[in-house]
Parts: sequence; C-alpha cells; structure tokens
Amino acid sequence: MSDSYQNDGKAHEQYITEVLAQYPDKFAKRRKKHLSVAKAVEAAPDAPVGEEGPLLTECEVKSNIKSIPGVMTIRGCAYAGSKGVVWGPVKDMVHISHGPVGCGQYSWSQRRNYYVGTTGIDAFGTMQVTSDFQEKDIVFGGDKKLDKVIDEIETMFPLSGGISVQSECPIGLIGDDIEAVSRRKGKEIGKTIVPVRCEGFRGVSQSLGHHIANDAIRDWVLDKSAEAEWEAGPYDVNIVGDYNIGGDAWASRRLLEEMGLRICGNWSGDATLAEMERAPKAKLNLIHCYRSMNYICRHMEEKYGIPWMEYNFFGPSQIAASLRKIARHFGPEIEQKAEEVIARYKPLVDGIIEKYGPRLKGKKVMLYVGGLRPRHVMTAYEDLGMEIAGTGYEFAHNDDYQRTGHYAKPGTLIYDDVTGYELEKFVEKIRPDLVGSGIKEKYPVQKMGIPFRQMHSWDYSGPYHGYDGFAIFARDMDLAINNPVWDLFDAPWTDGGELLAAAE
Amino acid sequence: MPQSVEKILDHGPLFREPEYREMFARKKACDGAAGVDATALQSEYTKGWEYREKNFAREALVINPAKACQPLGAVFAAAGFEKTMSFVHGSQGCAAYFRSHLSRHFKEPCTAVSSSMTEDAAVFGGLNNMIDGLANCYSLYQPKMITVSTTCMAEVIGDDLYGFIGNAKAKGSVPEDFDVPFAHTPSFVGSHIDGYDNAIKGILEHFWKDNPAVAGASETINIVPGFDGFCVGNNRELGRMLGLMGVGYTFIGDAADQFDTPSDGEYRMYDGGTTIDELKAAKGAKATVALQHWNSRKTLEYAASVGQETASFHYPLGVKATDELLMKVSALSGKAIPEALRLERGRLVDAMADSQAYLHGKRYAIFGDPDFVEAMARFVLETGGEPVHCLSTNGGKEWAADMQALFDGSPFGKDCKAHAHKDLWHLRSLLFTEPVDFLIGNSHGKYLERDTRTPLIRLTFPIFDRHHHHRFPVIGYQGGLRVLTTILDKLFDKLDAETNIAGETDISFDLTR
Repeated sequence: MSDSYQNDGKAHEQYITEVLAQYPDKFAKRRKKHLSVAKAVEAAPDAPVGEEGPLLTECEVKSNIKSIPGVMTIRGCAYAGSKGVVWGPVKDMVHISHGPVGCGQYSWSQRRNYYVGTTGIDAFGTMQVTSDFQEKDIVFGGDKKLDKVIDEIETMFPLSGGISVQSECPIGLIGDDIEAVSRRKGKEIGKTIVPVRCEGFRGVSQSLGHHIANDAIRDWVLDKSAEAEWEAGPYDVNIVGDYNIGGDAWASRRLLEEMGLRICGNWSGDATLAEMERAPKAKLNLIHCYRSMNYICRHMEEKYGIPWMEYNFFGPSQIAASLRKIARHFGPEIEQKAEEVIARYKPLVDGIIEKYGPRLKGKKVMLYVGGLRPRHVMTAYEDLGMEIAGTGYEFAHNDDYQRTGHYAKPGTLIYDDVTGYELEKFVEKIRPDLVGSGIKEKYPVQKMGIPFRQMHSWDYSGPYHGYDGFAIFARDMDLAINNPVWDLFDAPWTDGGELLAAAE
Repeated sequence: MPQSVEKILDHGPLFREPEYREMFARKKACDGAAGVDATALQSEYTKGWEYREKNFAREALVINPAKACQPLGAVFAAAGFEKTMSFVHGSQGCAAYFRSHLSRHFKEPCTAVSSSMTEDAAVFGGLNNMIDGLANCYSLYQPKMITVSTTCMAEVIGDDLYGFIGNAKAKGSVPEDFDVPFAHTPSFVGSHIDGYDNAIKGILEHFWKDNPAVAGASETINIVPGFDGFCVGNNRELGRMLGLMGVGYTFIGDAADQFDTPSDGEYRMYDGGTTIDELKAAKGAKATVALQHWNSRKTLEYAASVGQETASFHYPLGVKATDELLMKVSALSGKAIPEALRLERGRLVDAMADSQAYLHGKRYAIFGDPDFVEAMARFVLETGGEPVHCLSTNGGKEWAADMQALFDGSPFGKDCKAHAHKDLWHLRSLLFTEPVDFLIGNSHGKYLERDTRTPLIRLTFPIFDRHHHHRFPVIGYQGGLRVLTTILDKLFDKLDAETNIAGETDISFDLTR
C-alpha cells in the first residue's frame, strides 16, 4: 500500500485560480466554493478513530446545490437517479418511462445492471417501456393513457411482479395524478404499482431522484412486508445500494454467503419485488452506495428497528476491513468464518498485487464519479500502489465531502459538480496516468493521450466488487495504462508539432 | 475459486462458473419471481399468432421503440457547424443524455451545455437561466455560434426562445451580433429526425432572413445530409463524388470531422463543420438537396420559400438510389457524371453479380429511421432479396405508402409490408410468426437476435456494441459495396457456423463459396 504520498497542493491551488479566471466574475465566485485542495489535519493524539480510520485531510466544498447554467455540468437528473439507478434494476417489474420517448431511450440498458431472467417474459430490465407522450397527452393530461398503458402491460407481460411509473418532466408540470391511477389500477390488476415523482427538473442532480425513489419504496412497497413469505433466520441481511453493475452484487453476495450470512434481499441489482417487500424481516442492512440508499436504511431502522452498516468491497484492504466489521455484528462464529474467507482469498490478492503492482506503482489517478465511488475506490487504487491526485463528485452532499477526508491525501484536488471546462483543464495540467469518470469524459481525455476507464459502467467490464472483482479491476487498470497505443500519438516526422526538415 | 491470477475471467465466463451458477439457483429458489414452468409457457405463447394480434392491438403502450426525441436531433445538427456549441434549454439531465447517446455511438466526445432549469424555473420560466447560460457558455467555450434547442420541460411551460435570446443579448450575455439561432424542439412531437429538421431550418432562417443574397446567384448546391449516424463516412464519400463531378456544394451541416477527431494529444472541442460565411452564402445557391426526405421536410419548404430549387432523396444507398442522386445533381449543376463514377457503379454491380446466388430470395426484416428503411429495402430488392418486414417507429402513413409503392415496383416486394409507428416488440412478433433470414437495423436489434435467432446486421444509428462502422460510408456506390460486404460477411459466417461441426455437419463446410 502506498499510503504515504502527498500531492502538490500548491500547484493544484494555482490550477483552481487559473480555471476560475475564465468565468464571468459572478460565476467565478460561485464556482470557487466548489473547488478546493485537501488540507492536512493534525489529529489530536487522543482523538477517537472512527470506522473509516483517522481523518487525514479536510476536503469540504459547497455541494448539492444548483448547477450553473451554460457551463456543461456532467450531472444528470432526478429521473436518472430513480429510473436509472434505484428502480430500473428491479428485474421482475415493468418500469414505465412515463412521458416523451427520449429519457427511456437514452437510459436503455446503459447502467449494466446484470440479472438472471428471461427478458420480456419474467424479467424486464433491458427493455424500454414508455407511454411515449404526444402533444395531445400534454394538452389533455396523460392519466387516461397511463391507465391504458397499465392494461396493455398486463396483457403483454402477465408474469410481471409489478409496475413502476417513472415520471418524466411533463408529468409534474401538467398536473397528472399518477398516484390515483396507480392506486386504482393496482387494485384492479392485483399487483403493486409504484408511482414515482422523479421528474427531471426536481432537485439539482440525480441525488433527489434517489431520495424520491427511496421514499416510493417506503410508501408503496414496504407496507406489504408483513404478508411476505420468508422464514426469518438469525443471519439474514439485505444488501442495499448495490446495483449489480457488471455483476458487482454477485461477487459481493458470494463473500457474504461464504461467511455464513443469508441474503434476504438485494437492493436493487438483480432484485425481485418480493425481495424488496420482505426486506424488513432481515437482521441487518448492509449498505454499499450510501449516497443513493441511506434514506431507506434510516427509515427501516426507525420503523422496523433494523440496524444498518456501511461496507466497502472495492479492493482487498477495504474488503477485509468490511468483512471483519460485518462479522463483528454477528459474533464469534461468523467472525471465525470471515477470517477463513479472508485467508482463502489471500493468495489471490497477493498474486494480483504481485503481478500488477509493479506495472501500476506510483501511477497518478484522477477520479470524477457520482456520490460514493470518488472516495470508495481510492483505497482499491492504493492497494495497487497507485496514487489519487484529484477526486470529485457529481452529486455528493456535505457529509460525503467530510468523509472524503478519511481517504484523500494532503494536496488532493477536490472538485464538486465539475464543469467540462474545469475537468479538461485540470486533466491537462496534472496529466495523470489515468482518469476514471464517465462516457462523456472518456473521449476528450483519451484524445489528450491519457488513459481512461469509465467508472460508472466499469467500461463494459466488471464486476469490480469483491475479490473476484478486484482481479478484474487490477487487470483493467493495467490494460488501460500500459497499452502501446498511447505511444503512437506523435507522428515520427514531427517534433513538438514542427515538421522536421525533410532534406537533412 | 473461479478467479485466478493466471487467467482472470471476465464477467461472461466468470458467471458461468459453478460457484456462481449454484448461487443463482439458490437465489432463484426464493426470489418470488415467476416459476420455471410459467416462464416457459409464456415464452412459447409470445411466439404465436394470438400474442401477435394482442401485440398489434396495443394503442398506448410503447415497448422498445426505434426512435429518440427531438432535441437529440438538434444537438446532432449543431455538431455540423464550425465552432458551434449546442445549448439545450430546459432540464440538465437531457443534455447529459444526448451527449452520452452520441458518444456511445461515435466513440467520440460530444459537447452540449444545458440551461439547468429546476423547480423555480418551472414556476417562473427559464429566462434567467438563458441569460446566465449564454454568458457562461460564451466565456468558457468561446464558440463562434451557439444554437439553442428546448427540452420538453421548457416546451410545457412555454418558454419563448426568440424573446429570451433577445433579452439575453440586451443584458450582454453575448454580443448583439453574435449568432444564436434557435429551434423549438418539443420531445412530445415527432422524433429526433424532426428535431434535426427544426434545428437546421432555424439555423438557415437565422442566416438567410435579412440576407440580400439571391437564390440562384451562385452555381453551388446545398446538401442537407439529415440525421445520420454514418455522417463521418458518408459526408466524405459524397464530397468525393461531387468533387469528381466538379460540382460546387455546401453541406448544410457536416459533422464528419467533429465526430472523427484524431488522437494526437490535442483534444479538439470543435473540429470542421460548415462555416458561418458558407452558411450565409448558401442562400445564393441554386438548389438545396436533402439526402433524407423525412428528415428535412421543413428545411426544404423553407429553402423553396427563398426561391431555391429543391430535391430530396431517401438516403442514397444502393445502385439506383445513387444513380438518381447523381443524375439530379448533374441536372441541377449542368455537370456531367464522369466516367470514373460510371466505373465505380460498374464495380458495385459486378460485386452484386458475383454474389447474387447467395442473396437471391433471402428474406429480411429492416428497422430504423424512415429514410434508412426505405433505402435499405430498395437495395435489398436490387439484390433479389425480399424486405419482408419494414418497420419504422418514426415513419408515418405517407412513408408507409411510399414503401408500398416501392414493393409494388418489384416482383420481390410481393410479400413485403411496411409497419409505420410500430416498435421492436411488434417486430419480435413478426419475426416469430413470419421468420426471415436477416435482421437489419441498429444495436437495439440484438435483443431480437437473441430471442428469435435472426442474425442482426448493424447498419444504422445507434450502434453501441460494434466499433467504427460509421467511419466508412454506406451511401454511394462505394458505400453500397460496403453494405453488400457487410451483409455477405454475416451470411457466410452463418453458413460456416451451421456447417462446422467435424464429422457431423461439416460435409458442406466448403472452402470456396
């Protein structure tokens, strides 16, 4: 582990000043609050060390506020947070993208939430189901259409477990009552129908969509938990906030099962509605993506008395720490098994680090992802000897930045809701060995000759969770950085852009 | 333990390992989803005629449509102009989606800014977002032009782009004389091809409105390519052909360079495209020619209104469609079609003749934008194939009538039908009940390939799961050669795959085909 590096904080401060100079004054002032450099903190010797370890730096910036118009924010919307993230992966439900055709079209199959099922028959994850609003639906309202859409879904997909209505922008603007339709039709067809008010204009990012989606689970799903068929056991847990991207939740589930736990529900990757309904029967909620599903964990704690615990399955250091932490909750027998799991995978971990460590040691990484990974994956890189030069979130809240201080080294550049312009300049100045961000950022960075991995979709690879995933993660970072293509960018007859004299 | 240092398994093989299969079985046993028998029964049922009838009786529900929404077309259109930034007025998620969608197809950067309207703008309107947004976009990205389109949010609340842009200029967001053409692009009307049309028309209106140039004053021809995921290969190919003819032309939007920037260490946010001067001069052109009729109806109407001659085509792919384009351009320009192009034509026909035995009588399903489907069906007919199911979610009644006329004109079109306003779930029923040999469309067709085992040939936007096809042309004689080869590769691969089990099916595993 390379935990002793520092970044060049002074240079990073300078880069911030430089990018801000390009904005109109009013907006330079506003953007300034979102950009920072991690400052070392001297922990008091007797300060209590929390479960995330000692606080290394102070990373706070303004966050979770409106994006500035016209700057090319990388953020998405509430619909993306609800349909795209939380609800979309629930596989046996039909999710209606309710409104015009686009939102469902662009998000179709793009999150890579893997599932087992026969698509179109008993699973519906990789389908684009929409009410395809036309002008008349806007003028006269879409409730009648929704009514008919639900009937037609029943005819086409009789084996669906339920339906969700994912609102697009117009729904909330034209005054439709999707709750009334959902309630009435749900009784009529005898299935759960969940209306979700995740119109894209609500809130400032995907984040409010997560919250609204969580509230919809609370209000329309969990009230059925009493009827759920599930013989509760002493080691029942829910995996919460793992969307099974590239199979993440499966690589995680295996480890938890190996240490003797039973998974009651997986929210929401590869999930069924039944799994979600019975979740209150579990003994513990294990939450991976804190940002998108902490709300429902807090609710279940309050209402059903189920404790919740965060864990991190990126990279061996965090996996081992998480397995031990989870095991402690269940006592010596499970703790013993957790140690066995860690020991069983140790040769694999050592082998991976031995193989890839020398190829990756000291390589600098810049990250810009959603609401969790910008801190959660840092140690996975460090396990491989890599260093994080900058990190930032699209839609984190204040607590996320506070907690980032447990991971970020002094001098790390911190950027919240970064704009296309800023990210391009920061990458250009720092010239890291790798950038991890999204599809919109991938190609601009690669054009600069800097290796890139998509860290939302795992760049069509994965899983990255668990030990099985760590092997793939390490391999992927190596293949990105050490591919020979990066050495081909300069034509041999040019030198610094000038054509060499041909006649020499 | 499935994973090892020596052989790191990707998700495909990893999840086929016994440890994972057993885990899936354990989960399945208690996940509350439909049982195995019910799934098998329903699965069979969806393959039949009764299900097909129910499927075609749908009136409200749309499943797996082959169309996107208007502003995507506007963002694509903007990419065809020099140093132009696309400004999407409304919710910010839309801009993120358009950029992602285009990047996933082209494997290239795609830029667009949003005015990031939220709840307060929903109540008070997005004027301030426009004022601030234009100012920031102008300062940060230093474009030569900003083109504005709208998301459905801005359309539903009725924001007035003309007024807003005027207001923003008055407030100094951009200089008074800075070009900010705009188009209202409601997502709940038409599709991305209409958004393209509206955006191009908006740009032309902006530069032609108070422009003294007189149509016909110059000898050049304006070319409106339409929304085209193959613009990189196609526009360059068309330019080459027109160059051979010696015809002066102006692309009204050419995104070929924007979506094909080189990797040499420099990120070019803007590259290539039609310049403002060219756009202004284009009013004086003799004619405006649209390569995709259904993409360009309003634009052509406008070009005609300023006195230009107009002509439109349905994506000039294949022999006769290319002939018609060249002859029309020749008639408009007075330039002869050179021998070189006649030879190219002959080479395409030669290739088709060489392969005709394999193509004759093959049955196809084709889906996509209306012009593409029309072009593809026409080419299939030229090869002696039957375009049995032709489906376009954003094609209308007029398109279907056009298609019927096409079928009626060929003995191979006898059993063919056009399906307007239908989606890929309809197509699934068609493929099960009336099977075909090949499916031609985009990446979304892969789910149909999986379910119905109809081999998919990817020839139109969006192509997410194959790389670089869009870098090569599909229009013109050269493009026809490529389309032909693509179809044949799929055909021969299939033939080999069906005959490659040693000692069992390999009797017909022929070396020469």
